[in-house]
Amino acid sequence: MNNDGIVWEVLNNQFCSFKVKTDLGNLCRHQYNLTGRCNRKECPLANSKYATVRELRGRIYLCMKTAERAHTPAAQWERIELPKNFAQAVEEIDKHLLYWPNWMIHTCKQRLTKITQYLIRMRKFKLKNKHTLVPIKKKLERREKSREVRAEAAARLDQSIEKELLERLRSKAYGDQPLNVNESVWKEILQGDAIEAESDVTTEDELEDEEEYEQEYDADGNRVATEFVSDDSDADDSEDDMEDMMGMPASEFSTDEDEDEDDDDDIGEGESEGDEDEGDDSDDSDARPAAKSKRPAGPTTRQKPAKRTKKHGPRVEIEYETEPASKDTMLTNW
Amino acid sequence: MALATSDIKNKAKREQILAKQRLEKGKAQRQRRKELKKEEAANPELREARLRENVPATQENAREFDEAVVAAADEEVAQEEGDDEFAQYFSGQTPKVLVTTTPNAGRKTVSFVKELVSVIPNLEYIKRGKKFELQQIIQFCRGRDYTDLIVVTEDHKEPTHLTLVHLPEGPTAHFRLTRIKGGKEILGHARATSHYPELILNRFSTRLGHTIGRMFAALFPQVPEFQGRQAVTFHNQRDYIFFRRHRYVFKNSKRVDLQEIGPRFTLKLRWLQRGLYDPANGEYEWMYKADLETSRRRVFL
Repeated sequence: MNNDGIVWEVLNNQFCSFKVKTDLGNLCRHQYNLTGRCNRKECPLANSKYATVRELRGRIYLCMKTAERAHTPAAQWERIELPKNFAQAVEEIDKHLLYWPNWMIHTCKQRLTKITQYLIRMRKFKLKNKHTLVPIKKKLERREKSREVRAEAAARLDQSIEKELLERLRSKAYGDQPLNVNESVWKEILQGDAIEAESDVTTEDELEDEEEYEQEYDADGNRVATEFVSDDSDADDSEDDMEDMMGMPASEFSTDEDEDEDDDDDIGEGESEGDEDEGDDSDDSDARPAAKSKRPAGPTTRQKPAKRTKKHGPRVEIEYETEPASKDTMLTNW
Repeated sequence: MALATSDIKNKAKREQILAKQRLEKGKAQRQRRKELKKEEAANPELREARLRENVPATQENAREFDEAVVAAADEEVAQEEGDDEFAQYFSGQTPKVLVTTTPNAGRKTVSFVKELVSVIPNLEYIKRGKKFELQQIIQFCRGRDYTDLIVVTEDHKEPTHLTLVHLPEGPTAHFRLTRIKGGKEILGHARATSHYPELILNRFSTRLGHTIGRMFAALFPQVPEFQGRQAVTFHNQRDYIFFRRHRYVFKNSKRVDLQEIGPRFTLKLRWLQRGLYDPANGEYEWMYKADLETSRRRVFL
């Protein structure tokens, strides 16, 4: 029925749909061809006993065809999955192709090597990040560039930074004995607070605070390590301050949208008196009743634990005193 | 009523009259301002009233309503932020940061990275080889207890982007990096000291903005050394984040002087990814698209 000689006659002399004729010789496009060449010996159609190695979805199979199954084309090829280990796969080929022609065994092994190597390479490429080329959108770049310049002008960076720093100083975020302020300036601020407190209705607590303040700077401005014990009313405020000092609390994100912005690309801004107001930002910052009324007069301690203990009994905890005291020694004369 | 100069046909005459008109207009304006100043000096209430009424219309004023804007005392957000990826830092963990570049970084990129090293304490620069992918480097960093990883990307031998990966669990933010100016290029710059700087984060208003702000904050040691008088600022204006570093001095209770230390640069968020850097399968929390910028009154940070 199936005669290899007749098949080859037809394929060779008449027509084969897998054949590709090139200058270098005839090639074969059949999937089961072991080498890709077109000749009598290596033709998968004209040989009833044939073996090859194929790769399907990342797995390697040894495919064998024998004359015994020639009458059932659907089950013609016997497919054996080869192990992932190369050495074991070679052994497997040896085992299955025990009495097969030597050249076929050898070429199968060659093909196995080639497939294994390209699978390794494929895996490597998969693991590597793909570099994609992103086009530079000139128009977008130009727009962003000009908007950036305008945004910077609108930000008035120096003024906003100055404002923030002053606000921190006034709200005592730097502590009661700040290391970043000249003593005379600090006194000025404390005095300013005291004056304001006087103008308000002075309560007993505030008077006590003032006394404490006097105590602190007794002899020619030298700071004395004293412990202040605040009242319950101040305890809440001190928590905020603690947060300020510790870094960036949520409250530090300034969210006020209604800041007085004055920039180039104001929407629909006519000729206004805005030019005159430019220098006034620093003055505006002292008109913050909320920040001021927070601390009526004099310094209060930032030491939360000490305050907590006050509630339960007489003041204790000298432990907490040590850290600020050591900072005092670091204070240099400005 | 001024003469309409456009009707004058003689060009020389037209220009002459126009110049004269301009001069007079300026004079009148100056005069008006002078008088106003005098009046207001006598009566400060007038000035207050004027400032109250005469608020210039700005993009910031006209900002569209955005439900993502976080109110000053939003307990829900505060609670959420209490247990986000940065909570550990805000409860006292010291940051340990690594900075690297893309392979074969150019001179400009490296010098920018060195500027960064001078700004952020506990920042270590490691030269990037070709051997490892970014995902692998992230894993190495996690194993070595780094809290953040910064990668500076360059194009045409100039730094163009900056990726910030918070470790060990993310998030990852990718910024466009522009207008870099080194400290030495700034006229009259100050010298930096090794003190921990204090941090100013301005105008990060939305939920996304808070995340980004907290991400920046987590790069710096939590307790600043105030005696250094150095302030690092991340100022967000219309989604552009301006970085500055200054030395300050309080001149009196109302005035503070600044001297820039540098460097300065601008960042613009391109995307924010939940989790670690994963270009293929990462979940993008926010991503820039050009058509997001159709309205100038809408900002995202």
